[in-house]
Amino acid sequence: MLRISCPWCGTRDELEFTFGGESHVTRPTPDASDDVWSDYLFNKENPKGVHYESWMHRYGCGRWFNVARDTVTHEIYAVYPMGEAKPDLGETDRE
Amino acid sequence: MKHRIGLAEAVRLRSPGDDNIVFRYGTVLLKGYSFLSLARQALTGHKGWPVIWRSPEVKKSYDVIIIGAGGHGLATAYYLAKNHAVKNIAVLEKGWLGGGNTGRNTQVTRSNYYWPQSAAFFDHSLKLYEGLGRSLNFNVMLSQRGILNLAHNAYELEGMRRWANAIKINAIDAEVLTPIDIKKLVPLIDLDCRFPVHGGFIQRRGGISRHDAVAWGYARAASALGVDIIQQCEVTGFNTASGRVTGVNTTRGTIGADKISFAVAGHTSHLAKMAGFRVPVTSMQLQAMVSEPIKPCLDTVVVSTAIHMYVSQSDRGELVIGGGADVYNSYAQRGGIPVLQENVAALLELFPVFSRLRLMRQWAGITDITPDTTPLMGLTPVQNLYISGGWGTGGYKAIPAGGDTMAYTIANDKPHPLIEDFGLERFKSGALIDEGAASGVAH
Repeated sequence: MLRISCPWCGTRDELEFTFGGESHVTRPTPDASDDVWSDYLFNKENPKGVHYESWMHRYGCGRWFNVARDTVTHEIYAVYPMGEAKPDLGETDRE
Repeated sequence: MKHRIGLAEAVRLRSPGDDNIVFRYGTVLLKGYSFLSLARQALTGHKGWPVIWRSPEVKKSYDVIIIGAGGHGLATAYYLAKNHAVKNIAVLEKGWLGGGNTGRNTQVTRSNYYWPQSAAFFDHSLKLYEGLGRSLNFNVMLSQRGILNLAHNAYELEGMRRWANAIKINAIDAEVLTPIDIKKLVPLIDLDCRFPVHGGFIQRRGGISRHDAVAWGYARAASALGVDIIQQCEVTGFNTASGRVTGVNTTRGTIGADKISFAVAGHTSHLAKMAGFRVPVTSMQLQAMVSEPIKPCLDTVVVSTAIHMYVSQSDRGELVIGGGADVYNSYAQRGGIPVLQENVAALLELFPVFSRLRLMRQWAGITDITPDTTPLMGLTPVQNLYISGGWGTGGYKAIPAGGDTMAYTIANDKPHPLIEDFGLERFKSGALIDEGAASGVAH
């Protein structure tokens, strides 16, 4: 059971949240090539280590926020607002 | 002696296919499994069974290296050696043979897919499974007990009628059942549960087999054909020269290769990243659990997509239970309590009689989920590097066909006709094969 700290409501069980997948994915411009669009739409970072991802507090405030979470230990290193840059976590990548 | 060879010949001739030729030479009665070899071993206390695959030293280079000694990797090596006469093959495994998802799945084999490409591929696999025990001279304990999908409302039943019709159009067996049929087939089920059962459909050729036996059977047959299976040898990087693979760096040194293929369920992104390209894969935990063993009481695989549960009873008497994936990225191989509770709650709603059973074990495997839940197979942006991944929650049933078609793909450097549409290009062309609805359990 993940325990996630919603920036607005406090720490709750994962059951209250909806997972939104990888964060910090930038939408290409309309004139981008098929390769770029395909990469944007389908390809994932999917790291073994820290994953920068979005969650939504569905059964709470209903707001989205970002989480930096380890995909091996499930440890949550940081919770930060949408639109903010990735926090610097130092050397945590397992790959 | 003459008489013994005669018997071996008889065994060979009785078996369909030419596969038993592998075990034909001289020592067949010791090497091959038969009633006679069993009787002979029984007389000597079963102390004379040979080791079933070799553990050779690593060579400096190979014609083909396959990364991952799970079902898919071992099957690929076996068919490469058997059908394509490739002599110099190694299978590299970071842990132990069959210790990844091959040893963690719930052993279901079926071909009840919706789209023609998937139906053709997975039925090829089921047909190979039907002859696998004989082909490999290794009992994979295939039990075609039928796989039953339940519908919990009128609309879901309508969807299943359509699904079953699509399966039949693809020349695969499917049969729509009424609640009365279902009750006859599965007497322990409670049809009037919280989400009452309105009907369902069954693929009678579907069923279960023994997953370890599939890995061991392929390993033994591949080893007999000269394939080197190297365990505890983790790949740490690829060597390339002008866009073409030339070998791998491993924890046991650098090994050269003309061609390399990887089948590393769960770690596909990891390997692709090493090779310098990205894949449309999300790694998620899929968990399973078994109850304490009980007397035979359930001889069908029962699946409910709507309430996210499937159950079968193994030959050991344990109920094997699974359901939906833990829907966030993970490489943790353990599974969370919320999904476990959901699976068990769904099971008990359908089978209240199981409520007194205790769970004995629970575990998870890391599955590669693709956007359309169709596998990623074939060529990659790196020349002579091949991929077999994206198997999602259902790679086990695909092992024989996956091995067969990847062997062809590697040998000919072009995709086997059955997997032409499963390549990475479909994410650029848009020709996705959306099997989300047909994968048995939605995720």
